[in-house]
Amino acid sequence: MNELSASSRITYRAVPVRPGVARRIRGLSDRTLAWLFITPTIVLLLAINIFPLLWTIYLSFTNYRANRANVPTIWLGADWYQSILTDPDIWAAMQVTAHFVIWTVVIETVLGFGLAYLIDKKFRGHGMWTTIILLPMMLSPAVVGNFWTFLYQPQIGLFNYVVAFFTGRAASSFQMLGDVTLSPWAIVIVDAWMWTPYVMLICLAGLRSIPDYIYEAAEVDRASKWRQFWSITLPMALPFIMLAVLFRGIENFKMFDMVNLLTGGGPGSTTEVASITLKRAAFESWRTGYSSAFAIILFVTVFGLANIYVKALNRVKSR
Amino acid sequence: MKQTVKALLTSFGVLASALSAGVGTTPAHAQAKTITLCWAAWDPANALVELSKDFTAKTGIGMKFEFVPWTNYADRFLNELNSHGSLCDLIIGDSQWIGGAAENGQYVKLNDFFKKEGISMDDYMPATVVGYSEWPKNTPNYWALPAMGDAVGWTYRKDWFARPDVQKDFKAKYGRDIGVPKTLDELRDIAQFFQGRDIDGKKVYGASIYTERGSEGITMGVSNYLYDYGFKYDDPKKPYAMDGLVNSASAVKGLEAYKELYKCCTPPGASNSYMSEGLDAFKSGQVALQMNFFAFFPGLYKDPNVGGDKIGFFVNPAGPAAQATQLGGQGISVVSYSKNQPEALQYIKWFSGGDVQKKWWALGGYSCAKSVLNDPSFPTSAPFAKEFLQSMGMVVDFWAEPSYAQLLQAEQKRVHDYVVADKGTAQEALDGLVKDWKAIFKEEGKKF
Repeated sequence: MNELSASSRITYRAVPVRPGVARRIRGLSDRTLAWLFITPTIVLLLAINIFPLLWTIYLSFTNYRANRANVPTIWLGADWYQSILTDPDIWAAMQVTAHFVIWTVVIETVLGFGLAYLIDKKFRGHGMWTTIILLPMMLSPAVVGNFWTFLYQPQIGLFNYVVAFFTGRAASSFQMLGDVTLSPWAIVIVDAWMWTPYVMLICLAGLRSIPDYIYEAAEVDRASKWRQFWSITLPMALPFIMLAVLFRGIENFKMFDMVNLLTGGGPGSTTEVASITLKRAAFESWRTGYSSAFAIILFVTVFGLANIYVKALNRVKSR
Repeated sequence: MKQTVKALLTSFGVLASALSAGVGTTPAHAQAKTITLCWAAWDPANALVELSKDFTAKTGIGMKFEFVPWTNYADRFLNELNSHGSLCDLIIGDSQWIGGAAENGQYVKLNDFFKKEGISMDDYMPATVVGYSEWPKNTPNYWALPAMGDAVGWTYRKDWFARPDVQKDFKAKYGRDIGVPKTLDELRDIAQFFQGRDIDGKKVYGASIYTERGSEGITMGVSNYLYDYGFKYDDPKKPYAMDGLVNSASAVKGLEAYKELYKCCTPPGASNSYMSEGLDAFKSGQVALQMNFFAFFPGLYKDPNVGGDKIGFFVNPAGPAAQATQLGGQGISVVSYSKNQPEALQYIKWFSGGDVQKKWWALGGYSCAKSVLNDPSFPTSAPFAKEFLQSMGMVVDFWAEPSYAQLLQAEQKRVHDYVVADKGTAQEALDGLVKDWKAIFKEEGKKF
C-alpha cells in the first residue's frame, strides 16, 4: 500500500463554523494574518530588548544613579563616553579582556579541533571518551570557579602538585592566582578546560558533515593523508570552526562569573576584565549613567567585530 | 434528602466563616505578623536567631532571617535598598552605609521613636553611636540603634608562644622574650619568626592578614597599619582636604610596612584573604597570628583544636604615630520600604532593653550598651572582653559618605595594586588614592 492510496482513504467531515467568524477570518489578508502572528513576539522583543537598550542609551548621556532617584537627572552629553575612552584604567581592562579572549579562543580552537579530529576516527570506546570530554562544559561556572580555586591552592592544590612533580619546583613556591604573571594564564587555563569540549562538539559536527565519497575520490587520486587534511578536511570544516570561534569570542568578551570567582579581578587589577569593571561601576559604585555608557561602548565593540566576522564567515561558506 | 444536603452546606458555610474569622485559634499571638531581619551570615547572626526567640515569645511577632555571606553582603542588601525592596523590615547594615541610606531615604529616622520610647544614645558607647547611628557624623540625627560592636583585633597561638624551644630560639634571635606584641614592629618580628618554622612536624607560617580584592578586605586590613602610622582621612578643620594626610610620608611608611608583612610572613596563596580565609588558616593550625574581627573570637575560643588554652587575643599594636584600629560592627535600622514598620520598631525597642543586651553578650553578640560594657565584671566575662573594650576606645572608621562604595573601590584597587600586585610605589598608590577620592568628591559636588 503506497502513501497515496493510504491518504485517499481519509474521509473529511465538515466542521460547522459560525458564518460571521469565518467571514471575518476570510476577509483578512495574508499580510494582516502574518502581523497577527508575529505581533506578540515583536511586543516581547520591544519590551525586553529594544526598550532597555534605548533606555540605556538615554541614561548613558545623563548623571543618573540608580541609588539616588531623588537627585535631579542632568543631561551630560557625551561626557561619559569621552571620560571612558580616555581613562587608562578602562584601556587596561580592555587589554586584559583582549588577552583573555585571544588566548582562550586560540587554545580552545586548536585543542577542540584536535579532539574532534581524534573522536571522529571512531576508535573503540569513543562514545565514552566523548562523554568524559564533555563533562566540564556541563558544570556551572560558579562550581568551576570554586573548584579551580582549590586546585590552584599552593599548599593543597592538585595543580601545583602536578606542576611540582614535572618541574621539580616546590608546590608552594608559586601561586597561580596571586601572582601577577601567572594569574592571567590561570584564568585562560580554566576557561580552556571548561569550553574546549564545546568547540570540539561544533568541530565534530563539521567533520561528520564531510561526505565519505570525497575522501574515497581523494584515495583514488592517491592523495596523501596530509593532503586530504589540508585540501578536504580543513576547508570543509572551516565554517564550523569559524562559528565556534565566533561563539567563544562573544562569550569570553562578556566573561564575568568565572573570573570573578577565581580572582575577583586581582591581584591588583591584573585579571580585571571589562565585565568586572562594568559590574563594579554599575552595582557597587552605582554610577548608572557612566556604566550605561561603558555598556554601550562594549556592545558596539562586540557587535561591530561580530558583524565583520559574520561577513567573513559568509564569504567562506559561499566558496 | 434535600433537607440533609441543605443542612450539610449550612454547616460547611458556618465552619468556613468561623475559620476565616479566626474562631478556634485561642492564642492571640498565633495570628501576629512575621518580620524579616537582614544581616550577614556569620557567628553572631546565629546568636541573634537564638536571642530573637525571646522577642517572639514576648510579642508573638514571628522572626524570619535573611543572612548573606560577607563577600556578597553589601551587593545583595544595597541592591535591595536601592531597588526599594521590602524584603527586609529590619537591617543590620554596615557602618559605612549610614550616609547613603540616610540621604537616600532608605532608613527610617529614629529620633522621634527614641524620644517616645525613652531610648537614649547616652546609654551606648560613644564610638558606636557615631559609627553606627549618626548621619551626618557627630550630629544628633539617628538612623540606627547600635547593635553589634566590633573592631579588628588579633589572635595568637598561646600554646606555641609557651613552647620552650620557641621561647629559646626567639630570645636568641631577637634578644627579648616572645610575648604579645605591643608594637607593629614586634608583631612583624613574631610573624617572621614563625614563617616556615616547623611545629610538631608541620610547616607553619607567620600571620594571616586581610588581602581580599573584591569587596573591602584589603582596606579593612591596611587601615590598621595606616592609622597607626599617622594616616588621616581628611583635615578635621577643613573637611575633604586630603593632601598631605592620606598621602603623608608617615602614611606611605604604614603602607610599606603592611606590604612588608604580607610579603614576609603570610602563608602561600594568601593573596585574596578575608575573614573566612583567616579563620581557616588559624583553625587549621597554619599561622601563629591572625588579624580578624572580634565577632569571630567567641567561636574561635570554643574551637576544639585551637581554642581554649591554645588561643590568646590582643588589640592592634601601636605604630610610630598612634594606636588605633579599624571599626567594624553595625547598627540595626528600620527599612523605610517595610510594610511592617510598627513591628520592626517594636523589635528595636525590645532589643534596647538592658536584660536583652546582657543576654546578647552572653550568647556571643557584642553589645554596645554601657550597662553591659561598663559593668565591673565585663573585662573578665570573656578572654577577649578586655581587649574588645580597649579596641572600642581606639576605633577609626572608613568614610561613611553616600559615595562610600566608590571611595572603597578606589582604595581596594590602589592598595591591592601596590601590596599584592607589586605595581608602583607606596607613594604613588596613596597619591593615586587622593586623586581618585578628589574626583569622587568633586562629582558629589563637595568643596575642598
